[in-house]
Amino acid sequence: MKKERRKNLTQLAAWTWSWVATLAIATFGPKFIWDDHILLTVLAVTVNFTNGILMIIANRKFFNNLDELERKIHLESLALTLGLAVVVGLTYSLLDVTDLITFDAEISNLVMFIGLAYGIILTVNTRRYS
Amino acid sequence: MKNRLKVLRAENNYTQEDLAEYIGVSRQTINAIEKGKFDPSLPTAFRISKLFKLSIEDIFQFEEN
Repeated sequence: MKKERRKNLTQLAAWTWSWVATLAIATFGPKFIWDDHILLTVLAVTVNFTNGILMIIANRKFFNNLDELERKIHLESLALTLGLAVVVGLTYSLLDVTDLITFDAEISNLVMFIGLAYGIILTVNTRRYS
Repeated sequence: MKNRLKVLRAENNYTQEDLAEYIGVSRQTINAIEKGKFDPSLPTAFRISKLFKLSIEDIFQFEEN
């Protein structure tokens, strides 16, 4: 079980980091590397998207290898994170639309919030069962 | 649900790590079951009963909350 877990975790980490790397290339490449060459940009976005799909598959494999308690912990954390992401995301967007905030609501802020929220909730949930 | 897992484990000289390995779950799960914080699934309960050669009722006692 441990060996399989380590293998799945390594694969997930590899796909996640390569997704981040291809996202950075697709974001900054057109401006700083290939001077807005349309074909190269399409290629970079396609590679990033495919990489993202493979990362999701690796995550599913990792999740399915967890035992029943770990799955319960992750499921509860995911449910709370999803709820928070919808509520906070829409409130954040509403603040922007109604001009209650002076800056534009950026999707990257929401992604960071989701990551932080999931990390904190997962830690709290894990401690509850230890 | 109450259980005798900790006692049975001690009687058989198993560590939580050993038991987790035999049952196919994590050490944290064994710890949570022993402390009564988590009720195992039926397949896990069957694996535990098979390991200790006891019936499920001899290990786990259901109690209404």
